[in-house]
Amino acid sequence: MRTPPSLVSLAIDSALAHLSNISDLSFLPDHILIDLFLKTLRAGKLTEKILKLFIATGKEEVLSHIEALNIQLVLTPVLPTSKKNLRMSQIIDDNDVDIVIGALHPDLTSFLDEWRPVFSRFHLIIVKDPDLKDELTIPGGFNLHVYTKSDIDKAVGSASTASLFSGYSCRYFGYLISQKKYVVSIDDDCIPARDNNGGLIDAVAQHISNLTTPATPFFFNTLYDPFCKGADFVRGYPFSLRSGVTCALSCGLWLNLADYDAPTQALKPGQRNSRYVDAVLTVPVRTMLPVSGINIGFNREVVGPALLPALRLAKEGKFRWETVEDIWSGMCVKVVCDHLGVGVKSGLPYVWRKERGDAIESLKKEWEGVKLMEDVVPFFQSVRLSQAAVTPEDCVIEMAAAVKERLGPVHPVFARAAEAMVEWVKLWKVVRTQLSP
Amino acid sequence: MAAGTPLLKDELDIVIPTIRNLDFLEMWRPFFQPYHLIIVQDGDPSKIIKVPEGFDYELYNRNDINKILGPKASCISFKDSACRCFGYMVSKKKYIFTIDDDCFVAKDPSGKDINALEQHIKNLLSPSTPYFFNTLYDPYAEGADFVRGYPFSLREGVPTAVSHGLWLNIPDYDAPTQLVKPSERNTRYVNAVLTIPKGTLFPMCGMNLAFDRELIGPAMYFGLMGDGQPIGRYDDMWAGWCTKVICDHLGLGIKTGLPYIWHSKASNPFVNLKKEYKGIFWQEEIIPFFQSATLPKDCTTVQKCYIELSKQVKEKLTNVDPYFTKLADAMVTWIEAWDELNPAKDSAKLPNGSA
Repeated sequence: MRTPPSLVSLAIDSALAHLSNISDLSFLPDHILIDLFLKTLRAGKLTEKILKLFIATGKEEVLSHIEALNIQLVLTPVLPTSKKNLRMSQIIDDNDVDIVIGALHPDLTSFLDEWRPVFSRFHLIIVKDPDLKDELTIPGGFNLHVYTKSDIDKAVGSASTASLFSGYSCRYFGYLISQKKYVVSIDDDCIPARDNNGGLIDAVAQHISNLTTPATPFFFNTLYDPFCKGADFVRGYPFSLRSGVTCALSCGLWLNLADYDAPTQALKPGQRNSRYVDAVLTVPVRTMLPVSGINIGFNREVVGPALLPALRLAKEGKFRWETVEDIWSGMCVKVVCDHLGVGVKSGLPYVWRKERGDAIESLKKEWEGVKLMEDVVPFFQSVRLSQAAVTPEDCVIEMAAAVKERLGPVHPVFARAAEAMVEWVKLWKVVRTQLSP
Repeated sequence: MAAGTPLLKDELDIVIPTIRNLDFLEMWRPFFQPYHLIIVQDGDPSKIIKVPEGFDYELYNRNDINKILGPKASCISFKDSACRCFGYMVSKKKYIFTIDDDCFVAKDPSGKDINALEQHIKNLLSPSTPYFFNTLYDPYAEGADFVRGYPFSLREGVPTAVSHGLWLNIPDYDAPTQLVKPSERNTRYVNAVLTIPKGTLFPMCGMNLAFDRELIGPAMYFGLMGDGQPIGRYDDMWAGWCTKVICDHLGLGIKTGLPYIWHSKASNPFVNLKKEYKGIFWQEEIIPFFQSATLPKDCTTVQKCYIELSKQVKEKLTNVDPYFTKLADAMVTWIEAWDELNPAKDSAKLPNGSA
């Protein structure tokens, strides 16, 4: 006659069958707990929720079983393995990257949830716009630090907070205190875009790929980025220029709501950017461009101080149509890059920019920015730095002096910009010294 | 066919150099038939090159070139597709489109046949923007515009002198790259046209090229290549560098990108290496020369610019190789021949562009 099952084993089997209804296992005696654990494993029923139940008991033997078997909680979501879905081209050390987000909206839940497959590997620096009154809502599962007005005040003094880090410029505080080599920054009203095959674009991986492959600013390659797969330098490209230079800045683009200025968008309210241009190219030396802060990556170690919050419009607002701070910052960086012999790339990756704001309202409120470009662009096209300027800090100081002298008399906003640039370099030096080991 | 792009069939000539045959024209028939063709037959003039039925064309072989230019024919290359520039000289139209006889109609990602000529015309008829880079590429393309930060004073652009198209399938690599990557194919369709910024040089490929002959024609001399010359496969490169310097000086624009054609034939990399060999070394000197070349303010026409450049070539590049003296002389001969065949009209004179 077969031995009938013991009451204990029947109880354990029953528990196994109803595990999903059990919310606490800590009352179980150790030997029964272990038995249940092993049976759960054998039955293939160890889910994340149930694993957490067992871990929550705190019982040593269970925990050592878990460790011995190397069972881990899957924090990062399983990424698609198909190459089509993931535009990864470079192996990056996640510890080398900071993702800096300027929070102009209090609720970052949908933003971060949309970016979770891309961001969750990295450390995030979230800087709250000092003017934002509401508390931030941030979903869990990220490795991040949040900086609010009081943190910024403590680090740089409240006067600097007001003059340098309000609105979109709050992100520069993140650049200031980051300790990583690469920084990627994306506006909080953008979500991942999809490429022509419908795959989710990993904007961070693309920026890092741009930054870790050489740039070629001295001669134009007609097949665009020669370092990307399937491309190369074309006939007629001098061999001595084929090793390229370090890429210090990667400027990404936007689908849906493109980064047009207010007059353009007001004139063409229905125009949306649906053209996916599958290219990255180096912006040639001495060629200026309007860098949009919406979607960028940069090598902080090479050009960090040159990305700066300086041009603050009188009626600067919380829509990109009401700012030009990034355009100014981008041209500073380009001049510095040209001078230091490093490169700037433009093109991929794309992000999807959500509908927001009213171009006509923005135009009514702030049209000065558009006018100021007429002075800004010729200035940057003609500014020259001395041989003595060998660091980005030196370059910024020289540029600030040139701004004060040549643009200051034109409009007070430029005189303030020059002051802000000098203040920024000072802050950079002070904060970096404090942060270094 | 996009609505609104003019055909320009009476204002555009298609120049095709050939040494083999013109069978490829059959595939292009739907797009090329309205236009006048100028066939420049290279190699043995006694060979009969058959032109497919139904095309309106004029054909020049070496005997014709010698007869028309007399002693000046020495500037036209023999046994090299560089001879095509004779077609530019002899044309009477405003626009030129030139294409190699191993280039076919490509398909865009949706599978539709690409009308390369139509895209070139679009490129040439809309302005260029060489003074400030637009991150959304050609702002005049449908669905695009100038981005935030682009000064309004620069949004009118400048006239476009050259439209440089690209190639799918066999990419235009030099011989060393071809040897290392014999099976690499260009499959990436980049849906953009962009202006090459002022002050930036580029490698101009003559396989799929269009230009405004009235604006820049005399600069499109494809040099001394092929038979009896120490170098080959640098004809279009040379023309491109001269053209870019002159366009920058005169305030004209050059675009690159769309349209794509399908390049079907990979030439023999060892033959290419022999032809290019000297060029690979020489270009290290030539590029800095062009990058630093400046033209005086009184060079207000393309011809004047080109003559001035030829002087600088003779002066600065002869120590690289005596070939450059010959080339500089040929550049002058070319301009003389051009002016003879194209007696001066006011359209050749252009004001200097602004910085």
